[in-house]
Amino acid sequence: MTSTFLPEKRTGPDTDLPPPAADAARGRARRRAMNWLTAVSFQVPALVLFGVLVLLPIMFALYAAFFRWGGFGMPEDYIGVENFTRLFDDPVFIGDLWRCLLLVLLSLALQLPFALAMAVALNQKVRGRAVYRMLFFAPYVLSEAITGVLFAMIFAPGEGLADHVLDGIGLEGLGGEWFADPDMVMATLFLVMTWKYFGFHMMLYLAGLQSIPKELHEAALIDGAGPWQRFRNVTLPLLAPTLRISVFLSVIGAIQLFDLVWVVTAGGPDHHSETMAVTMFQFGFKRYQVGYASAISVVMFGISLVFALAYQRFVLRRDLEGATTTMRGGKQ
Amino acid sequence: MGDPALSRRSFLAVSAAAGLSMTALSGCGGDSDGGSSDGTTTIEWWNISTTQPTKDVWAALAKKFEAQNPKVKVKIVQLENDAYKSKMTALTASGKLPDIFHTWGGGVLKQQVEAGLVEDLTDRTKGWGDKLVPVSKEPYLIDDKVYGIPFDIGMIGFWYNKALFKKAGISEPPATWSAFLDAVDKLKSAGVTPLALAGKEAWTGMYYWAYLAMRTAGVDALEKANQDKDFTSPGLVQAGEHLKELVELKPFQKGFLGASYSGPTGQAATVGNGKAAMELMGQWAPIVQADAGKGLGDDLGFFPFPAVEGGQGAITEVFGGGGGHALRAGAPQAAVDFLKFFASEATDVELVKKTGVLPVVPAAERAITDPNVKAVQQQLTAATGFQLYLDQAYAPALGQEVNESVAGLIAGSKSPEQVTDSITQVAKEEQ
Repeated sequence: MTSTFLPEKRTGPDTDLPPPAADAARGRARRRAMNWLTAVSFQVPALVLFGVLVLLPIMFALYAAFFRWGGFGMPEDYIGVENFTRLFDDPVFIGDLWRCLLLVLLSLALQLPFALAMAVALNQKVRGRAVYRMLFFAPYVLSEAITGVLFAMIFAPGEGLADHVLDGIGLEGLGGEWFADPDMVMATLFLVMTWKYFGFHMMLYLAGLQSIPKELHEAALIDGAGPWQRFRNVTLPLLAPTLRISVFLSVIGAIQLFDLVWVVTAGGPDHHSETMAVTMFQFGFKRYQVGYASAISVVMFGISLVFALAYQRFVLRRDLEGATTTMRGGKQ
Repeated sequence: MGDPALSRRSFLAVSAAAGLSMTALSGCGGDSDGGSSDGTTTIEWWNISTTQPTKDVWAALAKKFEAQNPKVKVKIVQLENDAYKSKMTALTASGKLPDIFHTWGGGVLKQQVEAGLVEDLTDRTKGWGDKLVPVSKEPYLIDDKVYGIPFDIGMIGFWYNKALFKKAGISEPPATWSAFLDAVDKLKSAGVTPLALAGKEAWTGMYYWAYLAMRTAGVDALEKANQDKDFTSPGLVQAGEHLKELVELKPFQKGFLGASYSGPTGQAATVGNGKAAMELMGQWAPIVQADAGKGLGDDLGFFPFPAVEGGQGAITEVFGGGGGHALRAGAPQAAVDFLKFFASEATDVELVKKTGVLPVVPAAERAITDPNVKAVQQQLTAATGFQLYLDQAYAPALGQEVNESVAGLIAGSKSPEQVTDSITQVAKEEQ
């Protein structure tokens, strides 16, 4: 697309010069061919890399999902959609889908509003707000594996920091088994996820908040709007593009969640914290049922793709439209 | 080949392939000593001893062998455990194996043998191979033929805290399942956590089920079930029922479902710090207990998995595994000589002393100083039956299913019948 678009743009200024007509036409054609060649030769390496490293594996996983295949040699034992029917019969995988939905809902209902509240609070003139911003953002910089090991120790039943703190403030009864309790593991996991990721969303919101012109708030103030009205009618609408992006990242993150869960619980106890990616890993790299694992990854890919497309089409449309119209307007 | 950024892995692959094709070319005449023009034979030795002190000890042994056999060169290729497994799977698929390679025996070795890739050592090791500790040879016996020579052997059993047993008034380790359940009760009423278990790592719970299956259905039941692809026999269901009896006593430490094996608050540390009285674990348990926790020193004891009343198995049948070496089909005589050298008394004494393995040569027993290792060794020497670790005896998917369904039983989400049913289902799918 861009390759045909580029030469025209490049040759644009030259056409303004008035050389002899035939010469100009020949020169223009040659230059256009040269430009086209340049554009293609610059794009080929990227296209080849993208094709070999991204497109090909995706296609191959799609292909392998229809075979019973151990991962060595080429897939030969074609079994049709059996991997997929088995997948949707597997209570663990159905559980994965529910847990994914749960995490998405919890993130949208608790984590993002919390991040927003912190961002609004730290957008005020608070003493030492740079320190707070840094502190809240720090967990996001930490790797998932380290976070996992850290919280596995903090929530070690009976011996961990969490239980000691609860004992210390006289809440002995509240100290449960955390990650070891099938009914509590998702809540504990979500707590850790919030700790880890809210700082990132907070930073996004802070950036968004800073770009809201002060004049609007002043105008609202003069109109007699209270703090809530100003937040509701000025801050929130102008922050909407940032919010939409942050929701998008949060949902995609929940669909693909793996490393944190793998390190802390490995999907346990008894599959109660397993995610799609963990199930895929179990079958692909522990059981060597690569065909079945490919089917899982295809479903994961499908869910992400459908969500991403639908979200762009229906939710991000306004943001994207704004962007493209500005671009077009700028050129004319 | 002119690529300057040749990675270590591809370098290994290339050099291995080069070495293999060389030895393959020169070794086509069966046991004719293949070699270069000056008469030296190079044998390639693939092993997984990447940690110290074993790595250095083994390298020194290879040098010693070269000194004794001037016309033989030993080329060592070392790979980390998991990398080795996937590399070997690829090599098996390609039909070329190294001269001497590490093996755990069991199902994987059997696959390689059936593909015609492994040398039958039955006749070539006569006179010395048959003198090794009987149970240590078991994993490498396929259809009564010898396909590997062991250098290590071990078994699973209960490691217990003598002081805590005394506190609970238990005078001697239980020898029957009901006595064992009694002991669990006594420990609980004395305020002691009877057992530590790493619920996060499913293989630790599988040991209970496997041993109970051996005790109720007999030592051959697990292998037979694998061959028939049917795990629903009454004996195997009973194993689950006995395990359920134990689980219902709530014998495990607080939060065991989330515990790891060797982590700072895991199974080994819980026992090593005296916070639980027992764990069911292999011969390596004392080392890990002392590493992850404080270690129990003289308070640590070992007893075999108890017999189940009315069951077909005996208390002298062991569940375990070890390590050994096999040769590729048509490997040169020098490789057989090396195996003989590696299984000699002198070598084994050195291995037992320096690398902490259990002896495979009976006479090397004198090198053991630790009383617990001695106890394990005595059980092994007197063993009347043997079952290899299920994850090595079975195909990977089946082994994982055993682990996970037994974990479900321990977590209370699966019944004994559901365990045997789901294992059977995977066994049938795998074919």
